[in-house]
Amino acid sequence: MTQLTLAKALNAGMRRAMEGNPKVIVMGEDVGKLGGVFRVTDGLQKDFGEARVIDTPLAESGIIGTAVGLAMRGYRPVCEIQFDGFVYPAYDQIVSQVAKMRVRSRGKVTLPVVIRIPYGGGIGAVEHHSESPEAYFAHTAGLKVVTCGNPSDAYWMIQQAIASDDPVIFFEPKRRYHDKAEVNTELSAPPVPLHASQIVRDGTDATLLCYGPMVKTCLAAAEAAEQDGQHLAVVDLRTLSPFDLGPVYELVRRTGRVIVVHEAPITGGLGAELAARITQECFFSLEAPVLRVGGFDLPYPPARAEEEYLPDLDRVLDAVDRVLAY
Amino acid sequence: MSPDAPSSGPVAAIPPTDGLKECTVTTEGTFGPAQGSAQEGGPELVQLLTPEGERREHPDYTFDLDDEAIRGFYRDMVLTRRIDSEATALQRQGELGIWASLLGQEAAQIGSARATRAQDFIFPSYREHGVAWCRDIDPLALTSMFRGVDHGAWDPGAVNFHLYTIVIGAQTLHATGYAMGIQKDGCVGTGDPDRDTAVMVYFGDGASAQGDVNEAFIWSSVFNAPVVFFLQNNQWAISAPSEKQSRIPLYRRSSGFGFPGVRVDGNDVLACYAVTKAALQQAREGGGPSLVEAFTYRMGAHTTTDDPTRYRLQAELEHWKHKDPLARVKAYLTRNGLVDADFFAELEREADELAERVRSGTRAMPEPNLAELFDLVYAEGTPELQEQQRWYTEYHASFHDAASAEVAR
Ligand SMILES: Cc1ncc(C[n+]2csc(CCOP(=O)(O)OP(=O)(O)O)c2C)c(N)n1
Ligand SMILES: [Mg+2]
Repeated sequence: MTQLTLAKALNAGMRRAMEGNPKVIVMGEDVGKLGGVFRVTDGLQKDFGEARVIDTPLAESGIIGTAVGLAMRGYRPVCEIQFDGFVYPAYDQIVSQVAKMRVRSRGKVTLPVVIRIPYGGGIGAVEHHSESPEAYFAHTAGLKVVTCGNPSDAYWMIQQAIASDDPVIFFEPKRRYHDKAEVNTELSAPPVPLHASQIVRDGTDATLLCYGPMVKTCLAAAEAAEQDGQHLAVVDLRTLSPFDLGPVYELVRRTGRVIVVHEAPITGGLGAELAARITQECFFSLEAPVLRVGGFDLPYPPARAEEEYLPDLDRVLDAVDRVLAY
Repeated sequence: MSPDAPSSGPVAAIPPTDGLKECTVTTEGTFGPAQGSAQEGGPELVQLLTPEGERREHPDYTFDLDDEAIRGFYRDMVLTRRIDSEATALQRQGELGIWASLLGQEAAQIGSARATRAQDFIFPSYREHGVAWCRDIDPLALTSMFRGVDHGAWDPGAVNFHLYTIVIGAQTLHATGYAMGIQKDGCVGTGDPDRDTAVMVYFGDGASAQGDVNEAFIWSSVFNAPVVFFLQNNQWAISAPSEKQSRIPLYRRSSGFGFPGVRVDGNDVLACYAVTKAALQQAREGGGPSLVEAFTYRMGAHTTTDDPTRYRLQAELEHWKHKDPLARVKAYLTRNGLVDADFFAELEREADELAERVRSGTRAMPEPNLAELFDLVYAEGTPELQEQQRWYTEYHASFHDAASAEVAR
């Protein structure tokens, strides 16, 4: 067991994957000497060399497009997109090429590409540095989408994503990069499958569904609700495409009430998909409509308004009150 | 394309004007490493004022303004640098979220911006505080952005200066499209100095690798759009040295796209003015796009959150300090007796006043109002969004009511 921040856990996970497979390469803007703007790739170039940790030209379409070719040639590129808002120049390559290659080659070409994207707000950044674009990718058939909410998941999930033969969009909650927790790096195999959700708190009155940066927020909300005698369950979804909703349905049947929480804007967000599936699967167990707490349907606001924009403990508790009022 | 279509691009079809050199690209070295020392800029560098403050002649470019103008440029640079250092200090004090310093790039920005005419439209990147200064953008409109109060508060159309663009390179296409509009409006090549208009777009050495930028080169070339691509090669894109983006000197990029490129000493305000003026004039006259590479140096960190000691040597900075864009103008003015002690004292006082205004003005800024944003998303508001706005406003109010009730208790 070691105490690691989420960023350091990702670093350790990538390091282990690189040690285990010489075909794993890391590429992106400023990932080498600088170690990435969040230091997630710190020291990797020093230890694995410039051939395996590549400072790329400043061109996201180039990063992903060349990763496709490298993957076709047998490499396992781990691409870093510097910030959520800068993935869009690569969107065409991701959606039209990465996602479709396997099916159009009738399974002959697989692309084991990992695309790491620091995402979400709460760090007081300027424009384009705080977005939550996960729905765009989860909506795209052919991509797998995951996100970690704690250091242990960061450490294991990045390795699992790299080991996956499918392309994986790996969302990292940047405002949680410095959160520290125990990571058992001695295990010989990952403790949880990559595409599995996890109940991180059990409860009886309502279920909070969340992922990435909102897991901590929801756990804090559940803690606060406990003081008022409300027992909330919290699920860290972890995998956004595919979903793993078996444990969720089971909880919903027990609690009868669900709230989905994400930073991304509500409309067309993953909360909508979750609500539809839960309604379909658990209709007769529901005591209340599935509620969603998310960002407003606004372009991400200036930093000093972001606390008003983002779901926080109070917004979650407000929804808890509403869902319990049914 | 028919077999007898002209094989030469628009550049060859247009007589070179205003001394903007036709692109001369030699094939030698094409497959070798980049030519010219990374720190010197090579023999192709256009320089009219040396780091020691001595005027130089150049066969193609002359500085055609008087010493009064040079004093004005110096003032611009001093005040811009002061805004910059004040903003950096404000970030350190927690008043700004982040700041992107222009330290070292004052000459490139002031020289080029002062070469524009009022009708010319400018698209900045995010470090163009000196250009903003020349367009009379209140420095507080810059600090409010970096404080996180807004995303840019001026009306681009009113000042012919677009909002800052943070997504690298995107603005080069906007500039090209704007230039195409100018062309369609018949505001190119009429010979009327008040009518003929050009567009200038700022971007960096890192940006030069971006797809959008290369598409902008193609579009502007194909449509012969009146746009000047002003590339500030400050040698770094965060931690990536400019060699990571290009194996040939960047000014030579344009030749493959079919328009001229020139490398100017970006720390020489006179040369930046002269070269940009010629490029803009060529564009206004219908001569099409051109690329100006201002060879300069980012003397500070990429932004206040960056730590350049991780990736570059202090010696490099020391080398560039000798080429400081302000020092050489000061040397020129002083050595030739063009200013007296009062000039500097007065400027110092003006800078202090400005800094104080930036400081107190930034601290006193009202917080942004999220509720107001709901009205700004669409020209024609939507019922859905209005409903969200209503919900937010009520929620927000209830929260504050509860808070004041709490206090009252
Ligand atoms: C599309 C996109 N990718 C990445 C970034 C992150 N980023 C901000 S500035 C920068 C370097 C830009 O270098 P350059 O173009 O040389 O301009 P400079 O900062 O030196 O003025 C990067 C990678 C961004 N803003 N936009
Ligand atoms: Mg640069």
